Amino acid sequence: MGIYFLRRVLATIPVMAVVALFVFSLLYIAPGDPAAVIAGDQASPEQIAHIRASLGLDRPFIVRFGDWLWHIVHGDLGTSIFTNLPVSHMIAQRIEPTLSLMILTLVVSLVIAIPMGVVAAWKQGKWQDRLIMVFAVLGFSTPVFVIGYVLAFVFALQLRWLPVQGFVPIEQGFWPFLRTLILPAFTLGGIYIALIARITRASMLDVLSQDYVRTARAKGLGERPVLFVHALKNAAVPIVTVVGLGVALLIGGAVVTESVFAIPGLGRLTVDAILRRDYPVIQGVVLLFSFVYVLVNLAIDLLYTVFDPRIRY
Amino acid sequence: MKRRAFLQAAATTAALLPLSAPRIGHAAETRLLKFIPQADLAILDPIWTTAYVTRNHGFLVFDTLFGIDAQFRPQLQMLESAGAEADGTIWRLRLRDGLKFHDGEPVLARDCVASIQRWGKRDAFGSALLEASDEISAADDRTIVFRLKQPFPLLPDALGKAASNMPAMMPERLAKTDPFTAVTEMVGSGPYRFKTSERVPGSLVVYERFNDYRPRENGTPEWISGPKIAHFDRIEWHVVPDSATAAGALQSGEVDWWEQPSFDLLGLLKGDGNVVVAQIDPTGFPSLARFNHLWPPFDNPAIRQALLGAVSESDEMTAVAGTDTSLWRGDLGYFPPASPMASAAGMEVLRAPRDYEKVKRDLAAAGYKGERVVAMIATDFPVLNAMGVVGADMLKRAGLNVDVQATDWGTVVQRRAKKDSPASGGWSVFFTSFSGLDQFTPAGYIALRGNGDKAWFGWPTAPKLEALRDQWFAAPDLAAQKKICEDIQRQAFIDVPFLPLGLYYQPTAHRSNVTDLLKGLPLFWNVRKT
Repeated sequence: MGIYFLRRVLATIPVMAVVALFVFSLLYIAPGDPAAVIAGDQASPEQIAHIRASLGLDRPFIVRFGDWLWHIVHGDLGTSIFTNLPVSHMIAQRIEPTLSLMILTLVVSLVIAIPMGVVAAWKQGKWQDRLIMVFAVLGFSTPVFVIGYVLAFVFALQLRWLPVQGFVPIEQGFWPFLRTLILPAFTLGGIYIALIARITRASMLDVLSQDYVRTARAKGLGERPVLFVHALKNAAVPIVTVVGLGVALLIGGAVVTESVFAIPGLGRLTVDAILRRDYPVIQGVVLLFSFVYVLVNLAIDLLYTVFDPRIRY
Repeated sequence: MKRRAFLQAAATTAALLPLSAPRIGHAAETRLLKFIPQADLAILDPIWTTAYVTRNHGFLVFDTLFGIDAQFRPQLQMLESAGAEADGTIWRLRLRDGLKFHDGEPVLARDCVASIQRWGKRDAFGSALLEASDEISAADDRTIVFRLKQPFPLLPDALGKAASNMPAMMPERLAKTDPFTAVTEMVGSGPYRFKTSERVPGSLVVYERFNDYRPRENGTPEWISGPKIAHFDRIEWHVVPDSATAAGALQSGEVDWWEQPSFDLLGLLKGDGNVVVAQIDPTGFPSLARFNHLWPPFDNPAIRQALLGAVSESDEMTAVAGTDTSLWRGDLGYFPPASPMASAAGMEVLRAPRDYEKVKRDLAAAGYKGERVVAMIATDFPVLNAMGVVGADMLKRAGLNVDVQATDWGTVVQRRAKKDSPASGGWSVFFTSFSGLDQFTPAGYIALRGNGDKAWFGWPTAPKLEALRDQWFAAPDLAAQKKICEDIQRQAFIDVPFLPLGLYYQPTAHRSNVTDLLKGLPLFWNVRKT
């Protein structure tokens, strides 16, 4: 297990190198010029050329890539072209909101989706199953921003229970912190709940038809222990896989959710950087997301051994 | 303390709490202003960029030597006196006593000299001033001296301009920075101090009152002139990228002021009794379709002239700002109506009934042979998108072979810098708008320049326009300036550096308890919260 873990961690290095090359090349060939955006609408072409040169954006691809890579391997993600702040500082400022949002969304989604999936499987073909599946289809098909607007309209503007926008760091109090994240978490969680509920249902249906479940029922176990102790544990591997894969979904959804609720997270940082062509920030954030995704996948692989002792690395 | 005394004191305190707490809270609330700016303040240096949001930030942090008033006349601001000598070839500007920078250092003449020189290397009006100057020096700690090659009567106007780049006075050590490199340390002498430690780029900007700021003791607060009285201890700029969310935040009272509500939400905001929708900028936003003068078909002035007959400013502005005609003007020439330089000279061509069949005939007579016209439209700004879509349709109706290339603004600003032919990745026309202040006079009006290679994107060569601009700088009085601007407008209808597409007025929205907003820009002195 230890060797497997080490091997997987080492395997992230070539993966990250490929990601780095890909991201840098993509941004190099993509249209856009940060110097023009910096200078503003009224700057002359001559002034823009001056700014471009002062930022080193007129250097050849290989020089810029080599320079960037050299800094990366020394742990320096570079400096934002626009704010002149270190990219690592900007990312550090934005991690708490995004991480909080993703963790809360994950908790909310698992707490809601797994019981929904279990109930749907247990009551297969009945109204409970159909109702849950209708909800799942709605969750899949409704865009995140629509859910966000509806929730904000009802719970923030009409009922005034929760704020419309913003983020309060946890050090300013747990409840103020939580208040700002409830609506975004439910917004972002919509599609995730739908996904996990459907996978849980499918996986549970498969497990519930197994002999050992029939045996458990035959020996007189109640439905709750059958469902949640015997069946759910054996259905967990596909669910955990989807939860892991869904992290990418959460990252994508966080971009929209953070914009709708004005949360200063990594998603908004990414969008702002893309619109301005702030290359060092885009590169830094994409590298970070890729690294997180690789780590999440590793964690999922390791979790398999917990749910299924037959799996060995 | 005895038990009874303790209980009595506790009961008294409990009884008073509901009375005192809200009052304390209320007082704190009225000293804090929460504002949603038009965009993120990504760049702090108002000399490095012409972005309006940075200019607005600049007026909080930095002060200016002069400041324009409601009649657009320059008034003394950081100065105690200013006067011209020797037939206008020497100007002496005397700083007010006791001015301080946010780092506690006194404002000295040499700081201002360095600031003027840095600003003049980036700003169009500033560079005209530098070109007219032999020397700018500090005669003593409080006296700035301009020795000019020839009289430059607009010196106070240049140093008091409200448009970008604002002539910010900063300490010499910062002003010595290369003008093409950003200053990141925000030390000004304005009424508010920038809180670097609380900045979250893309989300939050914080200012606190500068207690050592000395407002002018006389005058009326108008635009950027007069006493700048700061009524807030703290101002927070909250960046809210989504307009529906910004509207919700304003309606719920989470913020006090939203600088630029989108036009489609104005009805919603006007219907809310706690929100006031107002217009603070009388100069508006003139909009235009900019031609690439280097390549066919728009290298041909006759084709550009023919297209003036196709312009429907009211169609353009209806698409941008809706059917409420108080939000736009459709009879725009080459100067915004609020400018004293505006006139009706040559306007017949825009006022005649629109006749697209005649435009087609005129285009054919001018030699249009069906060349592809690459029209770039920025879709990520609703105003520019609407302007571009209607503008491209107008060109199509005129019979041009239009290839619409919809993209984001970031791509437009990169591609418009390309001088390649439209077939090789270049462009033919794009759509944009400016603040009316930028087009108020020929001084900073870059879209009206005709200096070829050095001109703004599109690179028109129009020597007559350039000559008239030079004459304007030397004009002795307002009447002479106006006369020259009439000639400029007539000449512009001949050279057609761009098509004027009308002007819209951008409203602002604030909570009803926010009062005394100044006209012009989003300015943060004088404003109060009750």
